[in-house]
Amino acid sequence: MTVPTLTRDMMPVVSYPDALASTPTHYCPGCTHGIAHRLVAEVIDELGIAQDTIGVASVGCSVFAYNYFDVDFAQAPHGRAPAMATGLKRTSPGKIVFTYQGDGDLASIGSAEILHAAARGENITVVFINNAIYGMTGGQMAPTTLPGQRTTSSPLGRDVASQGYPLRMSELLAQVDGSAFIARRSLHDVVNIRRAKKSIRKAFEVQQQGLGFAMVELLSSCPTNWGLSAQDALDFIRDELVPAYPLGEFKVPPPPPDAGEREAR
Amino acid sequence: MARKLLKGNVAFAEAAVRAGCEAYFGYPITPQTEALEHMARRMPELGRSFVQAESEVAAINMVYGAATAGVRVMTSSSSPGVSLMMEGLSYIAGSRVPVVLVDVMRGGPGLGNIAPAQSDYNQMVKGGAHGDMKMIVLAPATVQELIDLTVEAFDLAERYRCITVVLADGSLGQMMEPAELPPMRPPRPLEARPAWALTGARGRDPQTITSIYLDPEEEEAYNMELQATYRDIERREVRYVEERLEGARIAVVAFGTAGRLSLTAIEAARAEGIAVGLLRPVSLFPFPEERLRRLAEDVDALLVVEMNAGQMVSDVQRVTRERVPVHFFGRTGGVVPMPEEVLDAIRGVHAGLAREEAVA
Repeated sequence: MTVPTLTRDMMPVVSYPDALASTPTHYCPGCTHGIAHRLVAEVIDELGIAQDTIGVASVGCSVFAYNYFDVDFAQAPHGRAPAMATGLKRTSPGKIVFTYQGDGDLASIGSAEILHAAARGENITVVFINNAIYGMTGGQMAPTTLPGQRTTSSPLGRDVASQGYPLRMSELLAQVDGSAFIARRSLHDVVNIRRAKKSIRKAFEVQQQGLGFAMVELLSSCPTNWGLSAQDALDFIRDELVPAYPLGEFKVPPPPPDAGEREAR
Repeated sequence: MARKLLKGNVAFAEAAVRAGCEAYFGYPITPQTEALEHMARRMPELGRSFVQAESEVAAINMVYGAATAGVRVMTSSSSPGVSLMMEGLSYIAGSRVPVVLVDVMRGGPGLGNIAPAQSDYNQMVKGGAHGDMKMIVLAPATVQELIDLTVEAFDLAERYRCITVVLADGSLGQMMEPAELPPMRPPRPLEARPAWALTGARGRDPQTITSIYLDPEEEEAYNMELQATYRDIERREVRYVEERLEGARIAVVAFGTAGRLSLTAIEAARAEGIAVGLLRPVSLFPFPEERLRRLAEDVDALLVVEMNAGQMVSDVQRVTRERVPVHFFGRTGGVVPMPEEVLDAIRGVHAGLAREEAVA
């Protein structure tokens, strides 16, 4: 195949994001971490903030996220990324700080840290990957595992009578006064991926504007630990996860005070 | 600057402010809460960062985050709170960022009580956290020393890129003494942060701060670097105070408040004609091993006095290797020994030596 030469009337419509390192990832085939990484990197490029951004990686499959983004990165203890991000943000004037956390990290061991970062209105951006399972340790039950879902630590299916109910973190954090932007999106098809990117962009813009805590939850696949093919895993998100975890923006910042005025003029 | 009557907890907090501490993250716990309260008012007043965290777990990770940004940062707590910080301390040691921690110890185990104790020696000196890590541990005996060592802790933490602990106890935190605060040192400007700090990849390649090395060989090599730093600290940063050791046949070895009250007992024993002196380790890591070994050659007996059931005493035994009898006197659970009790212990050791001589 010959690559056409770019001419004046031909503009590239897609390219490899600058903020994404050209490193092969360790993620499994069919895993949507790669899509989430790309969307975050595209947003960092579009906002032109790569040189002022500091990421905080968590513990789980995304522990090596710092290898895949071309920005400064810290790596936090399990669940503590929002606390680390708090320390970084408070002492780094003008910098953009984001965490990238999975569901075990954010909704289980780090539930206190995420809740209180939101309550403080900590001016950080959180990218929350919800695939309803512990990926890195080999498919154990997560706080987001669906009722009846089989995992290696709920081998007969999650029994809510003894193993409790899944946590809906976006709904939970949206009712905290300190949160400014909370959205849940899905990565199972192109339409939803595009919506996810818009919400990720908003979550970074909210931080740029100093409006408070922003989080985007992304429903993601784990074909390996779900025991499904890549395509079946995407269908599982659509058919099982989306009904349990409704998509949408649960909290958006109020319009700037002069917006109505401008419209009135 | 004139000497003022200062409460220990307020004194070390203000000393940290003057040492250029730019961020404080903490959680209330007796008997050190006055430090957090002082920072709550003082830090915002100076345009610096203060957060009362949701737990000690969160507090130490906020400290970790700020440390990766390259600022002078600290927290303070007391024994049960410090236990909760152990995870974070291991990560901080494992990623080589400078942090200062003041531990105002209280009686334990468990919830214990809020009375002064030296129950955290093992936790701080031997490492209560996972992995081959060490922290510099400095033990003050007066409010003035608490101030001076807090200032020094920031310099040491930065010099070696490690955690420096100021190990005080409830009596030091709560007592008021005349002391002098250091002059105000301005915080470091943004552009002068260390080269390793995470400041955004402007004009340089992106960098990471992490404590994960999946390849065991690589992790071992990294550990060897850490160990080389610890050996360097052992060579260069030993601190101790000695009192009345001239001609002493018995040496009391005690740190912090135990060292201070032992000195009162030593003066009384001297008045009774007992040749006794004091070696007060100020740095617990690095431990004054070389001085202690020489001392073991010079005296006939050692008496270790601690406000615990016997923690530093095992280090004294290890270092002196049975060259000299090592006796122990301790009160634990938050009981502070009275100088008279220590005096009795000194008399007991002295009487034992006299009996041995009579038999010989």
